Amino acid sequence: MALDKPYLDIPGTTIFDLDESRKGYWLNQFCMSLMKAENRARYKANECAYLEEWPMTEEQKQAVMARDLNRCVASGGNIYFLGKIGAADGRSFQYMAGSMTGMSEEAYRKMMIDGGRSIEGNRTIVEKK
Amino acid sequence: MARISASVYTSHVPAIGAAIDLGKTAEPYWAPLFAGYEPSKAWLKANTPDVIFLVFNDHATAFSLEIVPTFAIGVAAQYLPADEGYGARPVPKVIGHPELASHIAQSVIQDDFDLTIVNRMDVDHGLTVPLSLMCGQPAAWPCPVIPFAVNVVLYPVPSGNRCFQLGRAIRKAVASYDQNLRVQIWGTGGMSHQLHGPRAGLINREFDHAFLDQLIADPAGLARKPHVEYMREAGAEAVELVMWLIARGAMDDAEPGGEAPHVRHRFYHVPASNTAVGHLILENR
Repeated sequence: MALDKPYLDIPGTTIFDLDESRKGYWLNQFCMSLMKAENRARYKANECAYLEEWPMTEEQKQAVMARDLNRCVASGGNIYFLGKIGAADGRSFQYMAGSMTGMSEEAYRKMMIDGGRSIEGNRTIVEKK
Repeated sequence: MARISASVYTSHVPAIGAAIDLGKTAEPYWAPLFAGYEPSKAWLKANTPDVIFLVFNDHATAFSLEIVPTFAIGVAAQYLPADEGYGARPVPKVIGHPELASHIAQSVIQDDFDLTIVNRMDVDHGLTVPLSLMCGQPAAWPCPVIPFAVNVVLYPVPSGNRCFQLGRAIRKAVASYDQNLRVQIWGTGGMSHQLHGPRAGLINREFDHAFLDQLIADPAGLARKPHVEYMREAGAEAVELVMWLIARGAMDDAEPGGEAPHVRHRFYHVPASNTAVGHLILENR
């Protein structure tokens, strides 16, 4: 019998469960490697070559190169791991989160100061439509 | 005999740590947030415990995907602030309490909670930001700290009720320790926030205030809230709030006949970066 996953209908959201984790294992482990200063330096010197050292899918590598965090999440990335890519780029967490919403950095920052994104219309995929 | 004297609840947003470290606390963006913690700093100065049992979560810092413990207790003599990719925070190292930590581990495991024992762990903003909020920038933290890491990154995370019951077991463990120690238990993380995807930036004030109200008045009822409600109503990453229930379960009134705690301080502020910041201090009578 399939497991109950009552969170699959939350719009614009991917819950990082064990299926996602299995899919994204090497992508997330690559991100983890950027915690070490010497790895960050090698990665920044030659991103492509560094990514080739990891058994990631082509889609995962392309998503990282494009800094497209939504694509990274879709291929099993978790935001706390993906945050290491942004840290290596010197980006804040707010920049990274905002980059996934389709909003400009300024508009996202302003939305947060104004109290954040409303829950109304954002509970379920059905409600969203 | 050791005793839990109080519990503290607070969000642990990394940007708060950066604001403190970079001297930005008086800037208009940050000033209202830090003002909300001024009474807390005074309270902690007047009520410094002998040990803080600090419930937090690791954010892909000490634990990669290689090993993901659901509950992990630090029994080491000390812990260093982690380099989370921006360089380590310039904060004091964390001094542990190996004797009490080992005592709690032994008691709680024999009480059916299967903890992972950690002898070496760098601690990330989840642990150091609450200390900074409550203590400011001291040369050393005011007392030893027992780090207690909960997996809230890889789903499924422990249920609210599991956390609440674990808190009760921790209270019992502390009470059976021979030395006369005053122990505080801190629950950290939350409140509303979602850090990923097109729904990032979600904040639900009504949810957060209702959570604070129920945490004070009806924690056993709150412990029955299913994960999906946190994730749907307050953002995927708001599920961190289950950690507050560990601290709440360790208070006197979680036991039959126990007296309800005094509410010493309550504070709420939006935003800190992507997140709603909530804060409570509850004191046992």
